[in-house]
Amino acid sequence: MAGKFGLDFMAGGGNEKLDPGLVMEQVKVQIAVANAQELLQRMTDKCFRKCIGKPGSSLDNSEQKCIAMCMDRYMDAWNTVSRAYNSRLQRERANM
Amino acid sequence: MAEPDSGERAVSELRELVAAEQKRAQFTAQVHDFMEVCWDKCVDKPGSKLDHRTESCLASCVDRFIDTTLSITQRFSQLLQKAGH
Repeated sequence: MAGKFGLDFMAGGGNEKLDPGLVMEQVKVQIAVANAQELLQRMTDKCFRKCIGKPGSSLDNSEQKCIAMCMDRYMDAWNTVSRAYNSRLQRERANM
Repeated sequence: MAEPDSGERAVSELRELVAAEQKRAQFTAQVHDFMEVCWDKCVDKPGSKLDHRTESCLASCVDRFIDTTLSITQRFSQLLQKAGH
């Protein structure tokens, strides 16, 4: 019975029927985790560059504050870019 | 076998759902790529909020980047056509 589906991943781990809902839950979680990792990596890179000049022996107060603000602004910028991209896609679709 | 059984239906439903998630993931990946370029172009020192000039710059950045992509694609295909002669 399992061979009939050709898909090896099973939420239940056995020969039960394939449940698209359960599988998609896992897929969505994995995608969300990967996205969060990507976001954090890029945010760290950008905010390190913006906020830390000559690296000292620790992060001082102003650097920590800058990092916190930078994170928030990065998220704001991300949303702005996301909205702009979405609008552009809709405009292009409307023109087709 | 007149009707697809529930197993095949589940697989084709899954294919559609996965395709939709893939589209969403492509969109997100593209936003990350825009951010790479547009953050540097538009944001100076991160403040307590994004001012209007910065917001406007970010939105324009996305549009201009797409325009640039289209422009390059068009011109490149022209160059290829010329090279073919």
